[in-house]
Amino acid sequence: MFLIYCPYCEEHREEEEFHPKGQAHIARPADPEACSDEEWGDYLFFRDNPRGIHHELWVHAVGCRKFFNITRNTVSYEILETYRMGEQPRFTAEYPEGKPAEKKSAAAKEVAQQEGVKA
Amino acid sequence: MSEQTATWYNLYDARPQVEVPAESPLAWSYHHSGRPAVGEKSRVVLRERDMAGHLILRGGAIVLDEAVRQVLGFGLPGRPNTLTRDESGERSVQWLSPDEWLVIVPGGEEFALEKRLREALGDAHTAIVNVSGGQTLIELSGEKARELLMKSTPYDVHPEAFPVGKGVTTVFAKANLILRRPTEERWELVLRRSFADYLYRWILDAGAEYAIGVEG
Repeated sequence: MFLIYCPYCEEHREEEEFHPKGQAHIARPADPEACSDEEWGDYLFFRDNPRGIHHELWVHAVGCRKFFNITRNTVSYEILETYRMGEQPRFTAEYPEGKPAEKKSAAAKEVAQQEGVKA
Repeated sequence: MSEQTATWYNLYDARPQVEVPAESPLAWSYHHSGRPAVGEKSRVVLRERDMAGHLILRGGAIVLDEAVRQVLGFGLPGRPNTLTRDESGERSVQWLSPDEWLVIVPGGEEFALEKRLREALGDAHTAIVNVSGGQTLIELSGEKARELLMKSTPYDVHPEAFPVGKGVTTVFAKANLILRRPTEERWELVLRRSFADYLYRWILDAGAEYAIGVEG
């Protein structure tokens, strides 16, 4: 069993129900008409391939059918957190242990809930 | 972009009063795969509640809850993956996603219900779709019903993980369906029309060792 926490269903679901959809947090250029070909090409085709923490877009395809984000470690494959669209990740390349300000305020229960994967 | 939102809609009774032959999505399966009789040894019993009215509601929870409460007399489920029912248990509303709910009512009521819901919702930004023809509902009961489900779905159907009043959309065999548990000993499966035959045959096969019987 490989369970992923869906932030909309608010529970762990079998991996079979999910689909990965590539890199998350890609902003569409505000004014596409004013873009250079290079900028537009970067937006359309070029994706990061980091070693370590990576933010990904996933969809709960068999379930609530909502898109959400996963922070995943591409070396260990560990899922550090899952979060809803529009939210910001707690774990980033800059803060691999979680952002300090939020780490202080986050209660133990909340951490357990945000944890992406239950073995 | 126009500032005005289109509020008109075409609503017509998909099931007119005249006798038009209508069949459940499982009609052909019954004919082709048979309906094993319920016997004394049957530890799983399958019963189809065919031709029920299924409506999909989409929109904001607050505005829909108000309208549903007004029309049906009970509100939307407040938590994800749960369902609410009226006292008779014949009408239910199930959470499908943060902005989507499935309403199931006895067959024939859905047209009037949709009309009353639309009146209650007025200009609110919502959508109602009658999907009655696209899916059917079957009930599984009997002491081995849970074991049959355990063979078919990766979802945890243990009573602790799946209490009464829960309902989820999940993987079942190589298809997917809505699995719900309205009462202690009854499980409900909402099947898509296109998956119905496959899932019916899967359930018969999985239930063979429990001498599954098909009621009705």
